[in-house]
Order: sequence, then structure tokens, then C-alpha cells
Amino acid sequence: MEAILNEQREAATKKVDRQVKLQAKNIDVFYSHFKALKNINLDIYENSVTAFIGPSGCGKSTFLRLFNRMNDYVEGFSMNGSILIDDKNIYDSKLVIEDLRKEVGMVFQKPNPFPKTIFENVAYGLKIQGIKDKNFIEERVVNSLQKVALFDEVKDDLNKSALALSGGQQQRLCIARTLAVEPSVILMDEPTSALDPIATAKIEELVYQLKEQYTIVMVTHNMQQASRVSDNTAFFYMGEMIEVGKTKNIFTKPENERTENYITGRFG
Amino acid sequence: MSQLESELSQLKEAILAMMALATEQLIKAQEAIENLDQELAQEIIHRESRMNAMELSIDRDCENMFALFNPVATDLRFVLAMLKINSELERIGDHAVGLAKYVLDNQVKFNGELTTKIELTEMFNMAIEMTNDVRIGFDNDSTKMVRKVFKKDLTLNNILKQSSDVIAEYVGNNPSAARQSLFLFSALRKLERVGDLTKNIAEQTIFYLEAEVVRHKEGKK
Repeated sequence: MEAILNEQREAATKKVDRQVKLQAKNIDVFYSHFKALKNINLDIYENSVTAFIGPSGCGKSTFLRLFNRMNDYVEGFSMNGSILIDDKNIYDSKLVIEDLRKEVGMVFQKPNPFPKTIFENVAYGLKIQGIKDKNFIEERVVNSLQKVALFDEVKDDLNKSALALSGGQQQRLCIARTLAVEPSVILMDEPTSALDPIATAKIEELVYQLKEQYTIVMVTHNMQQASRVSDNTAFFYMGEMIEVGKTKNIFTKPENERTENYITGRFG
Repeated sequence: MSQLESELSQLKEAILAMMALATEQLIKAQEAIENLDQELAQEIIHRESRMNAMELSIDRDCENMFALFNPVATDLRFVLAMLKINSELERIGDHAVGLAKYVLDNQVKFNGELTTKIELTEMFNMAIEMTNDVRIGFDNDSTKMVRKVFKKDLTLNNILKQSSDVIAEYVGNNPSAARQSLFLFSALRKLERVGDLTKNIAEQTIFYLEAEVVRHKEGKK
């Protein structure tokens, strides 16, 4: 009995000791004169899935894209505050963007494989990095495809065009392409909105498995998806982060009335 | 009103109707016992089938709500609470039937001196009052109102506790009244259980309205 109690105590302590992987501090974002995000502060823990929810135009995708500096290319974009990954400010002028992209992978709403073979798609990031060792590349490609549970489905077709795969397979391929460069953070912007329920279930299962090794941040319009796959949920509304907390609390007893109204479908 | 809100509102109406029926069954059970009214006792048993049908219908409605609407937050708590309240109401109905059966099985009117001593009328009145309190509180989303039953439940428990000595003494002095006395003690126990079930309904109402679990937490009541 004592041993069980000790084990439980240890497990509880471990949970408390979670490391903060990503930090947003006093974030304001502007698109020219429009203030898209207003003073956002958020800690995202290592090896967890965090979901951003909120109505269209609330700023959740803008916020997600801050973590790999995707907004830098948007005309009129400017920001205040800092985004830290492992305590390092990724908006530091000395930062090399390629290093950041290696560390932070991204999966988009629509699967976007390159018009190349399945193998070349997964190997793409490694080749960009200048890696030439064929055995190393092959090993990493196979490993990445296995991680996304796609290898068995495509092992005889690695030299066929990635565009011949189904939508769900293409999305898993894109995740494999992201994993191949061994990031520690994966950003997902509505990763299943273009997929059927079976393909969606596979991606969700994958997210559940990947969080063992990666920190995952996901924007989703699918409330059930947020409740199924995420550990923490942040609700955004009109550029503000209204509430953040454990997903099970947000979906059973949210503290803010606007969160309650949104997740119960009473507005938004 | 959205489709979900309309469904939730219909569910609430169904539970309110069942609450009213449960209270009515108890009032009739009291009348049947006090007047040894066999016809009324038969009516209670007959109406039990209506309660059972209501329970099944509400159960099915709750299942549909989960399957079709995926309720969350306050809606989730509401449907969960309705599911449990539904089952507690059905059991209150069973106790009313149990009380009615004593009337059918017992051809002799209960001894007035004994029923006064064991506070049978007080017990009935208190149990009925409690079911009314939770119904009004539930209808008006008033946790203040439903919380009234916790104190009343303690009173029911105390009356039952004291009754065993009274009944034992009475049976000692009147051995021929043993059967009737056992009936009465059993009736008191049923009313005490009605109190417990009503208390559970109050706890579920608080859970739904305040997101607070007060079950097994005496201090929070």
C-alpha cells in the first residue's frame, strides 16, 4: 500500500515539475493599425498538447504562427513582447530563421506534399540541411514514416508520387516530413479540417502518441477534437486570450462566461 | 432558442413533471396509510407504471443528447445531473409503491398511539416538503432553496433513529401488534430513504448549477 502511495506521490510530483517549453510574454500583434492580439501571456509545457480555440478572426492562428515566425512575411505585421522557446527569445535579431524552423515544425490545414516522390518529400528537410549520407537519410525517412503509422501503407511505393496518396495519407506524410528534421515543437493549424472522420481519427491518435516526444500546439475549430486530444486549452476572442486551463476543466466547468457560451455553441 | 437549448428545456420540463408525480405519489401514500384506503393504494401502484415509462423516456432523451449534441460545460453537467435525478425519482416512486403495498397487505388500521409516538405524520410531511423544496429550487435554478433539504434530511434520520426504541418497547407491551409495528418501522425506513434520495437530487442540482460536487462533503452543503 505504502509503495502504491509513494508511486502516486512521485507521479503527482512529476506532473508538477513539467518544464515550460514555450512562453509568450506580453504579446501584442498589429497588422498595420489593426491590433490582432492584445497582451497575451501564456506558458506551454513540454510534451503536452495545447489547443487554441475561438471564433474565426479571434487571433488564434496569428498567435500560433508567432512560434515559428511565419507572420514575419505578412505585410504590415509588427509585434510587442517576446516569444521564448527553451528560454531563448526567437525574435532576437541574431536568431537564424533556418535553425528555428528546424526546431519548430508546422502542419497546415490542407496537406501540402511537394510534387515529388514519397521518399523525397520526407527527405526534403534533411537535404536542405546539407545532409548527404544516404543511409542516414533512408533510416530517418523510414523512421519518420513509421512514427506517423504510414510506413506499412507506402513501403512498396516510396518512389511513387506523394500526390497519389489519399488526403489523410498526405497529411500524415506532411507530419512525417516535419518529424524528419527532428523538431521539438510541432505547430498544427487545423490539421484535420480537410479530412474525413477516419483520417481525422488517425491524426488524432498520432497526436496522442507524438506528445511523448514533442510539444504540440494546435489550432482547431473542432471543439470535440480539442477536448479529445489536448491537455490544455486556450480560448481566444477578439484578440484576447479569455481563458486558459486544463482541457478537462475548460470543457466541464469553464470559469469565464464567454468561454462557456462559446464552447456550448451559444455564440461564435 | 437553438435546437440544443430547446432539447434541454424539454428535458427540464420532463424532470419537473416527474418530480411533481413523485411528490403526488407520496402524498397519496400518506393518505392511504392514514385512512387505510385500499383504493388509493391501488391507484398509487397503477400510477407507478407511468413513472417507470417517464424514467425510460428521460433516459433515452439523455442518451440522445450525448450522442447527438455532445454537450459540454453547463450543458454536460445538466444532462449528467438529469440522468441521476431521473433514477432517484424513480426510486422515490418505488418507495411510494412500497408504502401503498403495506395498506393492501394490512387490513387493520395502524394504532394511533404508536403512529403518534414514532412521528409517522411528521416523517411523511417532512419527506413531502423535501421533494417540494427540490422541485421548486430546481425549477427556479435556486441552490439556496435546494440546500434546505440537507437539514431536513438530518431530522428524518433522527426520527428514524429514535423510533426503534419506541417500537421495541411497544411490541414488548403489545406482542400481538408485532406485525403491524414491523410494517410501521419499515414505512419509516422507506421515508428516511426518500429523504436520502431527495438529498441526492439536491446535490445533483448544485453540481449542475454551481459546478460544485457536494456529495460526501458535509462542509460544502
